[in-house]
Parts: sequence; C-alpha cells; structure tokens
Amino acid sequence: MIRTLPAALVALPGLALAEPDPADWDAVLEAARGQTVYWSAWGGSTATNDFIAWVGERVAEDHGVTVEHVKLADTADAVSRVLAEKSAGQDTGGAVDLIWINGENFAAMKEADLLFGPFAEDLPNWRYVDVEGKPVRTDFTVPTEGYESPWAAAQVVFMYDSADMEPLPSMAALLDWAKANPGRFTYPQPPDFLGATFLKQALYGLVDDPEVLLQPADEADYAAVTAPLWDFVEELTPHLWRQGRAYPQSGPRQLQLMADDEIDLAISFSPGEASAAIADFRLPDTVRTFVSEGGTIGNASFVAIPYNASAKAGAMVVANVLLSPEAQAHALDPEVLGYGTVLDMGKLPPAARARFEEVPLGVATLPPEALGPTLPEPHPSWMERIEADWIARFGTGD
Amino acid sequence: MRARALPAPAGRGARLRLLPAVPLLTVAVLTVPVGAGLLGTALPAIGVMPALGHAAPGLGPFRDLFAWPGLADALRLSAVTGLAATALALAVTVAILASWSETRAFGAIRRALAPLLSVPHAAAAFGLAFLIAPSGWAMRALSPWATGMERPPDWLVVQDPWGLALIAGLVAKEVPFLLLMSIAALGQTDARRAATVARSLGHGREAGWLRAVFPRLYAQIRLPVYVVLAYSMTVVDVAAILGPTTPPPLSVQIVRWMNDPDLALRLRAAAGAVVQLALVAAALGLWRAGEAGVAALGRAWVRSGRRGPRGRGPAALSLALAGLAAGVVLAGLGVLALWSVAAFWAFPDAAPEALTLRSWARHGPELARLLATTGAIAGLAALAALVLAVGCLEAETRYGLSIRRGGLWILYAPLLVPQVAFLPGLQGAFLTAGTTPGLVAVTAAHLVFVFPYVFLSLGDPWRAWDARLATVARSLGAGTGGVLWRVRLPMLLGPALTAFAVGFAVSVGQYLPTLLVGGGRVATVTTEAVALAAGGDRRAIGVHALAQTGAALLPFALALALPRLVWRNRRGMQDA
Repeated sequence: MIRTLPAALVALPGLALAEPDPADWDAVLEAARGQTVYWSAWGGSTATNDFIAWVGERVAEDHGVTVEHVKLADTADAVSRVLAEKSAGQDTGGAVDLIWINGENFAAMKEADLLFGPFAEDLPNWRYVDVEGKPVRTDFTVPTEGYESPWAAAQVVFMYDSADMEPLPSMAALLDWAKANPGRFTYPQPPDFLGATFLKQALYGLVDDPEVLLQPADEADYAAVTAPLWDFVEELTPHLWRQGRAYPQSGPRQLQLMADDEIDLAISFSPGEASAAIADFRLPDTVRTFVSEGGTIGNASFVAIPYNASAKAGAMVVANVLLSPEAQAHALDPEVLGYGTVLDMGKLPPAARARFEEVPLGVATLPPEALGPTLPEPHPSWMERIEADWIARFGTGD
Repeated sequence: MRARALPAPAGRGARLRLLPAVPLLTVAVLTVPVGAGLLGTALPAIGVMPALGHAAPGLGPFRDLFAWPGLADALRLSAVTGLAATALALAVTVAILASWSETRAFGAIRRALAPLLSVPHAAAAFGLAFLIAPSGWAMRALSPWATGMERPPDWLVVQDPWGLALIAGLVAKEVPFLLLMSIAALGQTDARRAATVARSLGHGREAGWLRAVFPRLYAQIRLPVYVVLAYSMTVVDVAAILGPTTPPPLSVQIVRWMNDPDLALRLRAAAGAVVQLALVAAALGLWRAGEAGVAALGRAWVRSGRRGPRGRGPAALSLALAGLAAGVVLAGLGVLALWSVAAFWAFPDAAPEALTLRSWARHGPELARLLATTGAIAGLAALAALVLAVGCLEAETRYGLSIRRGGLWILYAPLLVPQVAFLPGLQGAFLTAGTTPGLVAVTAAHLVFVFPYVFLSLGDPWRAWDARLATVARSLGAGTGGVLWRVRLPMLLGPALTAFAVGFAVSVGQYLPTLLVGGGRVATVTTEAVALAAGGDRRAIGVHALAQTGAALLPFALALALPRLVWRNRRGMQDA
C-alpha cells in the first residue's frame, strides 16, 4: 500500500498541489515565509553549529524563515524519527524538515521511500553548481536524482604533524613509515565512515586497475582484487596505535589523539579541517596536510527533506541559501568551517567570484591545484564487503 | 493487582477513595508506553518491521546475531564488567559504612556526595579517561621530568580488552549512589543501637557493624544494588568512552547496529536487545544466588562468635578507597573545568598554554535557556513520580494493595531493556496517541524512566518504617491521613527527598527520549551535551558537563542537608 502512495498522489491533483513545487520558486518563497524549519544536523562541531546559526540568520532576514538546529549525536537519530513516524502512519506534519545526510543514510532513506523530491536541481542556485567537476549528482555512486542538495565538497587528505614527519606519497610509503614509527598512526574503527574511507583509499592505492571498483563487487573477482588490501592491513595493524587492539571510535576522537600527540598521522575528509582545528586550538599549529599520488577519494555533503516534512518549502529555501555564493564563501573560510565549495567559479558573476578569492586559504590547507585528482567513491557493495571482512578479521578480538 | 477484600472506609472524602486506585493507575499509566516499547523491541527481533517492508515473522535476526563473530566476547564483557563493577562498588560502600558511619569523618563523606552524584556518568568517564590515558593529566604532570617522555607512550590503558578502565569508571560513579541509598535507608535500621550492642559484646567496629547492621541495611538497598547491576551491564555512554572496542560490550554494539545507515541492521539490534535482556536477567539470578551463599557464610561467621583482630587498618583502607573513588570523579570534573577555559594544551604540558573564556562566551547565553527547560522537565517528572510512588506505597500500607510481580517487571523494564532499542516503540506509542511533540510529551516520556528509580529508592525505607509508630499515633487520636502527613512522611523526609533527587538526576540525564519524543522541539543541557560530545571537542564537553552537574546538584544537596536541618533537635533522626 505504501509503495503505491506516490502514484495515488499523482492521480489526485488536488492532493499533489499540497506539495510545494520547486519549479515555481516564487510560490515556494511565498509558502516558506513564516515557516519554521527543524534542521536535524550532527551537533558535534561547534564550528558547524555556529555556521548553521549563521545560515539561520540569513534565511530569517532574507526570506522570513526560522531555522531551528536540532543537534544530533548521530544522523541515525533523525532517520529513527522519520521511520517511527512512517510506522505510526504519520505521513504529514513530521517533526524533521531537513537532514544533513551522508551517502549511506541517503541510500537507505531513498530506498525506503522516506525522502521528498526531486527538488535539488530546480533550486535557483543550482545554476552555479559545478556538476562536471564535483561529485554532486551521485552520492556513494547512488544517483541523487534531485532527492538531496549538495552544500559542501570534500576530499580525502592526510593530516600530519610536520614537527615529526614528512608527507607520504603512497600506501607503500605509509606502511614503511608506520613500521619505522610504531604506534603513531591509526584510523577510526570501521564501520565508522572515515575508517571505511581509509580502507577504500588504501584499496585505490593498491589495486592495478581502479576501474573495477566502480562496478558492483560481485561482478569482479572480489577476493583477488582485495587481496593486496588485506596483505597491507595485516602488515600494518601490529604497527598501529595500541597495536591495533583499540581504535578511536570516530573522526573527532582520532583528531583528539593527534592533539594529544598520541599519533602523528590521521585521515580527514575535509581539506580545510586541519586549518579550522588549528584556529580553534584543537590541533597543534605544526599540523599540515598532504594527498596521495594518484589522487584521493572525493564526495560532497548534502541536505535532504523527509517525505513527511512539515515545512518543505522552508526547507528548500534553506537548501537554496546553502548553495548561494555568500554561504559557500562563508563556509570556505577556515575561521568558519574550511569546507570546499560545490560551485563552479566559471559560472559565477565576477562579484560573487571575488568573494571566494578574498577568502584566506588557511595555514594547513593545500591550494586547489595541489589537491590532485578526485577519485570517485567505489560502488557501495565494495564498502559493505570490505567493512564486513574488516570487522571479522580485526574488529572482534584476537 | 492483588485486591484483598478490604472495604474502603466510608465517608472519608474523595481523596481517600482515590487512593486504592493509585497502584492500578500507576501500572496502567506506565504499561502502555512500556508495553509499546517492549513490543517495539520484540517485533523487529522476530523480523517484523512493516515500515521497512519486513512483515513475516521469523528467526532471521537471531540467526544473523549469532553469526556475528564478536558475540561471545561482547556477552562476556557485558557480564564480567557489570558483575565486577557492582560487587566492587558494593564492597567499597560497605567498607566505608562499616568503618566510618557515625563518626565525624562521615559528615565530610556525606557532604561530598551531592557533587559526586551530580556529575553525569559520561562526564565522569571523560574525566577519568583524560586522567589515566597515556597522554592524560597524570602523565602530563609527571612528564618529561620524571618519566623522561616527550611523547605519550603507546600503552593500552583506556579501552583495554579486559574492561578494567570501564569497571573503574563505573565503580567510581556507583559508590556514591549506593552510599546515598544506604544513608537514606540507615534511618530505618536502628543502626546506632545495633552497633552499640555489638561493640558492647566485644566486637570491633567493622566486625560489629557487618554482623549487626549490614544484614538489615542490605535488605533495604537490595533493589538499588540490582539497578546498579542492570545499569552497569547496559550502560552505553560510559562503555563507549572507557570500554574496549574490538569488540565492545553488547550494549554499545546494539547502539552501533541501531545507528547503522543500513536500516536492516535494526532487526539485528532488536535481537541483540532481547539477548541483552536475557543476559541481565541471568546476571540478576546469579547475584541472587550469590546473596544466598554470602548469607549462609555470614550466618556461620556470626554464630562462630569470633572477635577477630582489631585495628584501624580496615578503616584506613576503606577511607583510601572512598577517597580514590571520589578523587577520580572530582578530578575528572576539575579537568573538564580546566578544558572549558583552555586554549591549546599539548602533551606534556601540565596546564594549557593559555586560558580563554571563548568556549563559555560561545555556549553561555544558550545555557541559561537550556537549564531552565531541563529543570522544568526534571522537576515535573520527579514530582509526578514521587506522588505516584507515595500513593502506591500508602495504598499498600492501608489496603494491602501492592503491585504484583508482573506489574513490577513492567515498571522496571525501562531500566533493563537497552534504551536505543526500547525507544522506537515508545516513540511510536506517543505518535499513535497523537501527542504533539513538546515539553508535556517529553516529561511524560521521562516519567517512564524516572518512576522506577523513585519507586525503588523510596520503597524499602518506606516498608522498613516502624509501624508501631502509626499505632502510637492512632492511639493519640490521629486518623490514617494524620499518620501519613504528620508522622510517616516527615520521618521519611530523607528517603523522599533522596528519591526526588535521584529522579531529578535521571531526568536530567535523558538524551534519546528527549530527542525522539520531543521531535527535536525540546533542547536540554543533555541533548546539547551529548551532541557536542560526539564531536570530541573537550572544551565544549567541559562547559556542558559543568552545566549538567549544576542542574542536578541542588536537589541532591537539599536531599542530604534538609533532613538534618529539619531534625537537628531530634537525636533519633540524625541518621535520616
């Protein structure tokens, strides 16, 4: 019954009209005025919280929309709420209006018909988005199809303490360095997203033909392709922090280890994170970043709207403001967030482009030309199997 | 309900006729949300979750769970850390009471309790982790001048595979709780006279106390001890900070599955929650059996009449243990306070390179509003729970109406089932009932978790109250109402305030119920603190941990100070 609901909505134009149509943007702005948007977003970073508050001020001033940041410890809490509402049959008037969502949660919510859309490519500011150069139309290789709107570009970099070491060009160099410096490197414990990303990045550095990673893992010889990865991890693990008997549970806790000088090297999914953390006293000012030769994995951060959101129009307005040159340049500032932009500088009017040129890069941030090529995320099936294998081999004791 | 055929006294006014209904009302009010929560756990565990397209029941989730290679280790960890932490916490509590109750030093211990109890578990765990980690404060204070270390050593101190750090953290937080419960109960044990008699028979202080007072006391704090056991086995936040990770204890793993983007893993999480419930029940059974064993040994020891060696050795040891437990929590809080004003603070510096109020300026303005909301919800939930608990207990006293065992299990279920698995069902009940997410709904949800604590905190002292006093009061002309309001409740002021304070603190600590039932509309100090803790920013964690501590401090301080103030001219009530 639930599967047929969208079809029923199309068949009943009266009902369908109740949903705001992003193609008619003036009507969206009209409907949004006076709405309150409850934006569920990870609340673990003071910098992000401040940025969301800033966005709230902008949309309140320009569009009369109030933003309430619902601070989460985990995006799954927002998914839980929407899922419970669907279970209880509450298909309108839901509590969550907008979610800062990651690729895996997006894929799961899209699969379970929990999202509103498509809306993203109808947003007025979509015309500035760098659809060619940035991974904004797929999320973990799942086509976004307008069900989520990008707001920040991310790419894997390694943070290192320049007081203790030099950049490492390859996974082989990383392994050699780890052997020479036991206990000075670790990664967040998979299935943590960042830890899994380290495994995927390592896989990219170790396979002969990266093309195979874009296809489902079942269509390739999974065992043969991942054999070099497992050899690498087996060899690396005894030289990790705590000999691999304990791992930091999240990216932030890995960062804390670096601040405490327990490790010298850490993976990050944000080229500007190190600079922002130095500005915030959360990392020593000797930390710098490097990327592996051959490129690193890139993706984007998105926002999505639940299928039963109460303030869909307001949520779209917020998504659109997030794509504005003003907000994108603000987020790029390492004093604010240090997040990469998803906009194409070539598409921007000169005045807007100037905003970006004024933003200082930050002490530990690589200039765009030094970031190297962006590699696409492997097909999710690789991640699922690699995570499961890692947990079985390294995550459940000796 | 066990309804004995006792006719309600006629013509006593509406209030009295309402009373017999209170136990039924309490069970009814709590059965719906708890039942919904349990159902919400049980159904996915057998593979039923319609919103995800799973409708046919089956054992798939359990098969899936048993195929997880870490299960045996996770179960062992949960059981061992829970039992060890409970046994140690009880042992330290008993040692302190045996050596120091009714001494001048005990006043100092009593005064230290309120702040110790007010520190949230997660904050204490953070503090402990930062104290003992290889890059922690202890090593910073000693490095490099004593250790010669410029970099922290690669020692597995926190998150050790045996769970020692986790056990230590739990003991440090549970000793104050058990002490609080004991102090509230001691008033009904006639401890002073019993200990005096034992000493006059030639027993040393500790041996006499253990023989004469401990058996009476334990009978009254048995339920709180069970709660400590269940809590230690199911705790998530402390275990995630101090516990091992490869694999973690079962409770942490259940949360991981529940939070996994792969929604199908919620079925495995639900199966894990059912297994965890069974594990807790088994551990409680084991503990019960242990009680019988200890009791048999103890009786033999009492009968033997041996006087044993004397000396202040045990007293010094118990004081050292108490000091250690208290020191860990207070030093942890101190460390968090220091972090809240720290600029960059590198290893091996013993203090931050500079102090700054930036974090307080950032979070301060918001905190006042959050504290007001937190206090309002906690005050209402704890008060409602106290009224219901007194109503239930008084109905038991007057009419012999007590909540049956089945009803009790329902009331205590929220303490035993992992919250993360329990809440989707609870939330569903609120949604189906059509409640608007907001303060009222959140307070009602908190009541589900607050009531069992309040009820069990108050229950044993209530029942231990000397009923002869009621007879005396009646013979002096007091009615049943007069006995309650003028004799019983005033005499039980300590336990009642303690129950309220515990309930208040439990409410302050709720994260998931506030977030999910409140639909994100209700922000408290704790929702803010937990969200920020996920980011690991010690400065923000420090600010909010202090705010949480402040929120819970006042009720505990009142519960510990007020009875002594009110009864300052009643020598027989000085234990209350």
